[in-house]
Amino acid sequence: MSSIFTILISTILVNNYVFAKFLGICPFLGVSGKMETATGMGVAVTFVTTLAGIVTYILQKYVLDSLGLGYLQTIVFILVIASLVQFVEMAIKKMSPTLYNALGVYLPLITTNCIVLGVSILNIQEGYTLIETITSSVGAALGFFLALVLMAGLREKLELADIPEALEGFPITLIATGLMSIAFSGFAGLV
Amino acid sequence: MKFSEIIKNGIINENPIFVQLVGMCSVLAVSSSATNSLAMGFSVMAVLTCSNIVISLLRKFIPDEIRIPVFIVVIATFVTIVDMFLKAYAPDIYGALGIFIPLIVVNCVILARAEAFAYSNGVILSAIDGLSMGVGFTLAITILGILREFFGAGSIFGIAIYGESMIKPAGIFVAAPGAFILLGILVGIFRTLQKKVAAN
Repeated sequence: MSSIFTILISTILVNNYVFAKFLGICPFLGVSGKMETATGMGVAVTFVTTLAGIVTYILQKYVLDSLGLGYLQTIVFILVIASLVQFVEMAIKKMSPTLYNALGVYLPLITTNCIVLGVSILNIQEGYTLIETITSSVGAALGFFLALVLMAGLREKLELADIPEALEGFPITLIATGLMSIAFSGFAGLV
Repeated sequence: MKFSEIIKNGIINENPIFVQLVGMCSVLAVSSSATNSLAMGFSVMAVLTCSNIVISLLRKFIPDEIRIPVFIVVIATFVTIVDMFLKAYAPDIYGALGIFIPLIVVNCVILARAEAFAYSNGVILSAIDGLSMGVGFTLAITILGILREFFGAGSIFGIAIYGESMIKPAGIFVAAPGAFILLGILVGIFRTLQKKVAAN
């Protein structure tokens, strides 16, 4: 039980995937402009990462490992994630049009979010059990969600600030991310 | 389109890192030393050029509706080849780059070039586009790597430039925050220079 709690704290705060592991930077920079889009993307990523973590774990354990096809990991995982995203999109569209309207635009973008593939591969590398895999996937996605929402709050304020012309837009966002990353490194002693 | 135009586009006008800001994850993660940056740059260049060539060759046969999955399979194949190649011939670099080698698959630079260029252009043009985008990527990541290693560890390509005795290197540049801050500043500088050149 304690290991699960450790994994959760470690993936959300200490080794935050955005600030410490540099995964999911593209969507982080892309959709952190507004609080509303940030929340939508965060929920969608949490959903897909958790599902992908479970599916890739089962595939690795019972298909790739037992058939000795470990070298196909990258190709199989990315295909699974791409089709999973497509499937989730169709399922949500059918079951809950409201949720679909809220998440719709973000779902296709998730295929190229490296958090999903990264977490899936890292779970296998760490040799987690199924429960630990689920915990680490949820934690990773929540950490991403947290980073995204914090950044969105900051960027809404930045819109009004007087920034040197050369640094407007992405450069100032990167620098602000760096400062936030310093703040997050303060969690280092937690686990 | 002229060859020189494509080359200039890839390296300067539409530099994947400084202008388009795509493929940031690997750039920020592996640029803690100049050697790793160079290795990552060459890996991306190899995958980008090969996938551009293959996709351009297949462009008449790929149905429009499923082109993205097809692109991803082609890219993932070349990434696996690079992964195995590095594992066999450069185990040190393989260890240092770690998870970011398989993650080249989701590097948006490659998918973006497949979609925007290789799918609608001839083989030779696509090869040149892939190569010059790759050079632009390698240049940018290596500049970042050299600066981070210089400020953060006091060395360049592992050769010590200044040591503890003179000034203590600022370790933060090798750590995660330094990557974000330095890249932000570099993008700002690149923009200013580009604007100056355009004005002249």
